[in-house]
Amino acid sequence: MSGDHGRRHGAHDHHHHDHEGALSPMDLRVRALESILVEKGYVDPAAVDELIETYESRVGPRNGARVVAKAWADPAFRERLRADATEAIVSLGYIGRQGEHMVAVWNTPDEHNMVVCTLCSCYPWTVLGLPPTWYKSAPYRSRAVLDPRGVLAEFGVALPPETRIRVWDSTAEIRYLVIPMRPEGTQGWSEEALAGLVTRDSMIGTGLPHDPASVAAAESGP
Amino acid sequence: MNGGHDLGGMHGFGPIEREADEPWFHAPWERRAFGLTLAMGASGAWNLDMSRHARESLPPGEYLTSSYYEIWTKGVERLVTRLGLVSEAELKAGAALSPPAPIPRVLRAADVAAALARGGPTERPAAHPARYAQGDAVVTRVTHPPGHIRLPRYARGKRGTVELVHGVHVFPDTNAHGQGEEPQWLYTVRFSGLELWGEEADPEVVVSIDAWESYLEPA
Repeated sequence: MSGDHGRRHGAHDHHHHDHEGALSPMDLRVRALESILVEKGYVDPAAVDELIETYESRVGPRNGARVVAKAWADPAFRERLRADATEAIVSLGYIGRQGEHMVAVWNTPDEHNMVVCTLCSCYPWTVLGLPPTWYKSAPYRSRAVLDPRGVLAEFGVALPPETRIRVWDSTAEIRYLVIPMRPEGTQGWSEEALAGLVTRDSMIGTGLPHDPASVAAAESGP
Repeated sequence: MNGGHDLGGMHGFGPIEREADEPWFHAPWERRAFGLTLAMGASGAWNLDMSRHARESLPPGEYLTSSYYEIWTKGVERLVTRLGLVSEAELKAGAALSPPAPIPRVLRAADVAAALARGGPTERPAAHPARYAQGDAVVTRVTHPPGHIRLPRYARGKRGTVELVHGVHVFPDTNAHGQGEEPQWLYTVRFSGLELWGEEADPEVVVSIDAWESYLEPA
């Protein structure tokens, strides 16, 4: 993580003002829009609250981690996920918007998968929740297809040069979930413990799962 | 359209900036913009393709200097005014000045979970067999329509291979303009990095797009 908030792009500059008390122009603009839409009866403000609450608190990448862990641990589920990812993912209860048509893509020693939406911000909400800001940003969208190895390096992922990088640009309503390789040294781990190794970025393809040794060390630490 | 949204292959945006805490929203108004966009989307007043097209229709300079939820907000403003649901004067005044226009439905809080679970599947029954099969060599069209299109500029006029056949899906290019769903076969088409980016490209890169049948010709 850069954590360097002083070096943001112009598009993000206004964020700094949002914490200063006075209402920002965007705050006023969205309030005006909501007032009109509610006053005209097009929008139920309680539905807006409910939508926000759903995606802020109830949907997130732990769903996807459970899918990946089950694919690692359960051969029957793995085959189901390969054959029809939408059906397999729905069977775990992850259903609905921006997950209507799912495809799982599988990392191997020869090929690493990575997902982007160069035209907007398509992302598998049912299994990963809302996308992080970087996924929606111009730097990622522009370079993921042109220089994916450089992008991976920025994320601290260095793959052997002979590993093929397979980029999926989500230009339609098909949503892709990367299934990373199961880390070595996890024989006999429970699905729950395996899910703890699965990072969100490893399911986008810009990261790898946690190292089981470091997780074990952290758990037995002081 | 060749808008400011079609970013694949552009240079100059700088490093990818990752936030330490990665908040979903950076200010209260972003939460409301998100919720309003989804609530209006569920009203049936417009479809997802119209919504995407409204955002990408922002002038490129404005698109590229607006934050994500600014773009969403401007998209909703454009749609409600274009469809006659809200007037420019009302947006300026920040208040309703005229009676509402009819919309298909209003999303209520109690129906949110069911509406999200239903989602918006885009697959439709096939009226004829797929023209292409896995492994077929294809070339993408060279085309620059002023309206909505989901064929990115970097992948136009390129030779690729059909990798997946996804069934028949709603065609955004017509659906975004209220011209019907006109469903078509949808394919994942893969290209070598060399085909897309030339001989300086990493030889071990493969990029795919999802392409509707009318975007493709036999190679």
